Amino acid sequence: MSSESSYYVPESSKLPIFMAFGLLLFVLGAGGTINDLGKESSNSYLLLMASFAVIWGVMFVWFSNVISENNQKLYSDQLNRSFVHGMAWFIFSEVMFFFAFFLALGYVRLFAVPWLGGDGEKGITNILWPAFESAWPVMETPDNENFPGAYKNMNIPGITKIHTWLPFWNTLCLVTSSGTIALAESALKKGNRTSFKSWMVVTISLGFIFVFLQGLEYYEAYAHMGLTLGAGIYGTTFFLLTGFHGFHVCLGAIILSIMTIRGFNGAFSEHDHFGLAAGSWYWHFVDVVWILLVLVVYVF
Amino acid sequence: MSAVIEGHHDDHHHHGPAKGISRWLFTTNHKDIGSLYLWFSFIMLFIGGAMAMVIRAELFEPGSQIVSPEFYNQMVTNHGLIMVFGVIMPAFVGFANWLVPMQIGAPDMALPRLNNLSFWILPAAFGVLIATFFMEGGAPNFGWTFYAPLSTEYAPPTVTYFIFAVHIMGASSIMGSINVITTILNMRAPGMTLMKMPLFVWTWLITAYLLIAVMPVLAGAVTMMLMDIHFGTSFFKAGGGGDPVLFQHVFWFFGHPEVYIMILPAFGIVSHIIETFSRKPIFGYESMVYAIASIALLSFVVWAHHMFTVGMPIAGELFFMYSTMLIAIPTGVKVFNWLSTMFKGSLTFETPMLFAIAFVALFTIGGLSGIMLAIAPADFQYHDTYFVVAHFHYVLVPGALFSIIAGVYYWLPKWTGYMYDEFMGKTHFWLSFVSVNLTFFPMHFVGLAGMPRRIPDYAMQFADYNMIVSVGAFLFGLSQLLFLYVVLKAIFYGKKATGQVWEGAKGLEWTLDSPPAYHTFETPPNLESGEVKA
Repeated sequence: MSSESSYYVPESSKLPIFMAFGLLLFVLGAGGTINDLGKESSNSYLLLMASFAVIWGVMFVWFSNVISENNQKLYSDQLNRSFVHGMAWFIFSEVMFFFAFFLALGYVRLFAVPWLGGDGEKGITNILWPAFESAWPVMETPDNENFPGAYKNMNIPGITKIHTWLPFWNTLCLVTSSGTIALAESALKKGNRTSFKSWMVVTISLGFIFVFLQGLEYYEAYAHMGLTLGAGIYGTTFFLLTGFHGFHVCLGAIILSIMTIRGFNGAFSEHDHFGLAAGSWYWHFVDVVWILLVLVVYVF
Repeated sequence: MSAVIEGHHDDHHHHGPAKGISRWLFTTNHKDIGSLYLWFSFIMLFIGGAMAMVIRAELFEPGSQIVSPEFYNQMVTNHGLIMVFGVIMPAFVGFANWLVPMQIGAPDMALPRLNNLSFWILPAAFGVLIATFFMEGGAPNFGWTFYAPLSTEYAPPTVTYFIFAVHIMGASSIMGSINVITTILNMRAPGMTLMKMPLFVWTWLITAYLLIAVMPVLAGAVTMMLMDIHFGTSFFKAGGGGDPVLFQHVFWFFGHPEVYIMILPAFGIVSHIIETFSRKPIFGYESMVYAIASIALLSFVVWAHHMFTVGMPIAGELFFMYSTMLIAIPTGVKVFNWLSTMFKGSLTFETPMLFAIAFVALFTIGGLSGIMLAIAPADFQYHDTYFVVAHFHYVLVPGALFSIIAGVYYWLPKWTGYMYDEFMGKTHFWLSFVSVNLTFFPMHFVGLAGMPRRIPDYAMQFADYNMIVSVGAFLFGLSQLLFLYVVLKAIFYGKKATGQVWEGAKGLEWTLDSPPAYHTFETPPNLESGEVKA
């Protein structure tokens, strides 16, 4: 380790501007692709693909550089603390992203839907759709022709039938995986690499089982429950909250997979394994979000 | 300039800047990136300003004059978006890049490559935003607040590009803020305790925290828009059980902290300038810090005062009215602290000080009209009139923008090593001061008389005031060209500045040469030993 007096500042780097270029391609590609949805001829998706290639390519080189700089002992303790701060605040920003969707769900459930049904001071909105009765989940929407509500919801079926309820198994998967990654980390800190690698494999497997079950649930929703993105506000909040959470589980699982591959290749030591630690914090974060989500989306 | 030939390569010894354009494209140096941000913001100021000129030209006389109502809407929208996200915010990030490491005795920002990425995202995002003018359906036309359903059901197709541009802009802000917070919390020189930090650093610590907390919420809001427009969800559609008012709640949960993001760093800049030219330490340093923190915390519980007229239970109106008024207390503390700093000081009135004093006076006018707007029953009269336009332009133009101009005059000699022309600077000040009031003060009157905002035409009785406003606006626009001239003249023909620059200036950045070496404080100064004073 270098001393506190030499904070490593890279001389210059081509990576950031390539990344910015990748993001520019992403904006043009994603905007074009989505605007051209349903049109016969559109090449925007090529731009989108190219942007993913650039972004992933730059990330690969960027992280490789950081790892090799770390291996050359260029990083001081102080610089490593910068990474810790950086990751912590990044996770905070992710928490706030989810907050926006929880805020939306809360507002809809506490105010918008009851008002539409004629409750409270702002119940005059009921004039538009006098037949609408407020209930949660909203199975019958105010304008049921354009937003046909679902005919079954995802709520907990009662404690005796809990084993038939997918979110129960999902919760089990994620909570267990939060434990197994903690075991993996502590094994690594004790220098027990075999145990570390095994627990990592278990963690990732649980992560992918979660994603698989979530996919199954979406299939059920679309195929047998009439629960779609277009099914009114219940489908909207259900898919956006679980969808963004599932997306973050995928990201976390990819991060942990990369960490596991690196582990098999001999990376990480007892005291120097920030990549793994950061991945593990991220994993705990998606776990906490899931628990909140189960409570407000599925249970209450 | 002396040519030094490096005979050997050592990892711990840095060279000067790279030659040519690659210096700016690939740089990891906080000073270079600071300059990039500041120049970007300067260019955007003229683009956003040109849009304001179009608006004022159209409103010079009643009736349809120059542009179509559709294009007028695009002008209003993009003027707002560019000024908020492309001028004020990047300018403050530029200041943070230049000053935070020098003021806390750090060698650079904590994460230098990320820092460069944060900057280069901005030209990409704004390039796309400006390109939408040339796409089918024209640029976004729904106001900078992009309320649903204007921005969803009735939006031009370019809204999709707008949404993704906002996404990467937000990513840039979040990465920039992570960098600022990490730098401040982790890289202070030994002895630079939190309560010894310069106020500019304090304001940025809190601003960065606000940014990380609310930019993701904005990302959430535009994501909901995207889903409603293209994927059939019903967040903002009452027919599906959603609510267009939900958009306003999510947007203003971001939007209100956002307006403090645009003013807190201004407080920091003005505090430094006032103490320097009063030759007194700032009055009530600790109360300044606590006031900034209280303003930041309160900013999370006042958002609905932007939407009193939209339909809210009476309890909500009362809560948001009182919580908004509470903000006047910490803000008042700051204003009185600035006045007390000047009281019995040995004042001199160089250009930065003139702008700073104008800031205190005119920002307070904006603050007071803010209290008027906070009164829910009265707001039913003021809402969506030019009174609101007058209010937020008073806090943003003679507020945020004046502090940026003051800061540029104050630190320009430090950054470039050359003094600006004092006479020209003062001319710039007086032109700006007169024209900014000529532009925005009469807006209060037409607003109270009922002239609605965001409309390209108006009733005859508002004609005289609008003509005055337009003349003021053109004059203010021209004055800023003078500012560009003063800055360029200083850089190319200015007199050499000393390291100290200002007689009364205190702080670590003034212990360095003007301009400072490419890399400064590679070994942190030790403030504990008492040799160096912060």
